[in-house]
Amino acid sequence: MPPSEHELRLRERLSRLRNMPLLGGVKLSGELDRLQRQLDRIGVEATDEDIWRSVELARHEKRPYTLDYVERLLEDWFELHGDRGRADDGAMITGLGKLDGRTVAVVGQQKGRDIHERAERRFGMSNPEGYLKAMRVMELAERHGFPVLSLVDTPGAYPGVAAEQHGQGGTIAASQAVMARLTVPTVACVIGEGGSGGAVAIALADRVLMQENAIYSVISPEGCAMILWRDAGEARKAAAAFKPDAAHCLELGVIDGIVPEPRGGAHMDHDAAAALLGESIREALEDLVDIPGDELRRRRRAKFRSLGVFA
Amino acid sequence: MANIDVSVETDDKPAPPPNHPNTCPSCHSHYRDDELERALWVCAHCGHHFVMRSRPRIASLVDEGSFVEEAADLHSEDPLGFFDLRPYTERLAEAEMATGLADAMVVGQATIDGRGCALAVMDFAFMGGSMGSVVGEKLSRACDSAVERGVPLIAVTSSGGARMQEGILALMQLPKTVAAVEDLHDAGQAMISVMAHPTTGGVLASFATLGDVLLAEPGALMAFAGPRVVQGVTKEKLPDDFGLAEQNYRFGNLDAIVRRPELRPTLAKLLRLFDAPV
Repeated sequence: MPPSEHELRLRERLSRLRNMPLLGGVKLSGELDRLQRQLDRIGVEATDEDIWRSVELARHEKRPYTLDYVERLLEDWFELHGDRGRADDGAMITGLGKLDGRTVAVVGQQKGRDIHERAERRFGMSNPEGYLKAMRVMELAERHGFPVLSLVDTPGAYPGVAAEQHGQGGTIAASQAVMARLTVPTVACVIGEGGSGGAVAIALADRVLMQENAIYSVISPEGCAMILWRDAGEARKAAAAFKPDAAHCLELGVIDGIVPEPRGGAHMDHDAAAALLGESIREALEDLVDIPGDELRRRRRAKFRSLGVFA
Repeated sequence: MANIDVSVETDDKPAPPPNHPNTCPSCHSHYRDDELERALWVCAHCGHHFVMRSRPRIASLVDEGSFVEEAADLHSEDPLGFFDLRPYTERLAEAEMATGLADAMVVGQATIDGRGCALAVMDFAFMGGSMGSVVGEKLSRACDSAVERGVPLIAVTSSGGARMQEGILALMQLPKTVAAVEDLHDAGQAMISVMAHPTTGGVLASFATLGDVLLAEPGALMAFAGPRVVQGVTKEKLPDDFGLAEQNYRFGNLDAIVRRPELRPTLAKLLRLFDAPV
């Protein structure tokens, strides 16, 4: 059977990556090997149904959240609270823990299991205070040389009156700017919904991963349907059009790798999902820890500055 | 109770429809094209700032004949084969025909009162000033160009946010432009950001708010989430000046609100303060 168009495009991207100077040096071969393995895994184009299944699984109410992973992956977990100015935003979790004996700083969104917790955490939608808290902890990590692990799971930044008054847009920009300045290794993984600016605020990382059934998008399917089809009910069509699934994000060069999930999705087995996530994070960190900080930052910026398709 | 008819018949011509581009949405004063152009698209009656196109904006800010455009030939592609009610490629072609622009941002080099600067000016008329790959790349190149020439960057924004038709790649223009501005900052060059109506969503949440100095025009909407979204999600009653430059100024999100006729002298002063080369 001849290779699909999708596969050809992936292979083309792989060969382009091989020639990219910014990937040259230390861990080039590891990087390419991983891409090759992913290429092998996603030989098949995701159908519209597959994409919508990802949307549903990414939002599954039993899907593991940031704290579920942190409990399973880190020893000596200690949560840090507050932005040191105004509030402690429950939609954003920050803290320190040990991964294989190495202290890492964690930032990540947290949705909430029951109705009370969901309301308290605003379904994982951060206010500016949440991003300020993340920035504070990332700067703490920079001072002490701790790698930063970012777990992305949000429908988007919270659209509230106070959020706007307190500079939601500017704070999201500032949080990305902090990440662009870090000289410590940074790994981000979209573990559920990677919703727009609220997600990318903590995802300007050396390695950006996505779980197999996570979604990463510029707008929610419902929001897109509302604007372009003038009907939020057309969310399926919108999702099929803007392709927020992991395979397409990988193909477009937006993410560096896909983290497999247990059969049926991460919600089926939290322990297994955490083990698989831990493996990918370790692998990514191993690639990064020996690269000098200045070089790490240079490559990180170069990677993001290369994103886009134009003629 | 009887209704009392208080309407008065007059011989005046009927008022032009209120959504006419030359009618002030605030006080309904109506202007000829040349009147608006001479007034820099500011309502002479109430001071409302109409949305200003990129070319006249540049002409109003820089020394005559000093602007040299860069990266003018960049065009959007259609990485997703995006099709909503119409194909993205068709929307792009239509926007190009209507505006004479290749995309929603014009970049280049110029001088203001003899001092050099790089300019990146957005155009709301091109698909709502939305930021896709071309806008991101142009801003990125404008940063490099400013660094190469050792001049500050002035960004004038007017945008509805990220361009949905480019999907996740549109979102990636946020970190892309942030990384570009960080490289500019590291090279020691200043960035002055002028936020015109509207500066919302992904543009507000990336390069627009990373300037060393943040200016806005009066009445400009500067919101990450627009009033309709906030109203819809929170059911909160919105303040009258929700998301506007005036509210942002009060809450400390801005250095100054500058009326359009004062924008050029203000930028000239800032270029002097940042020692932009003569």
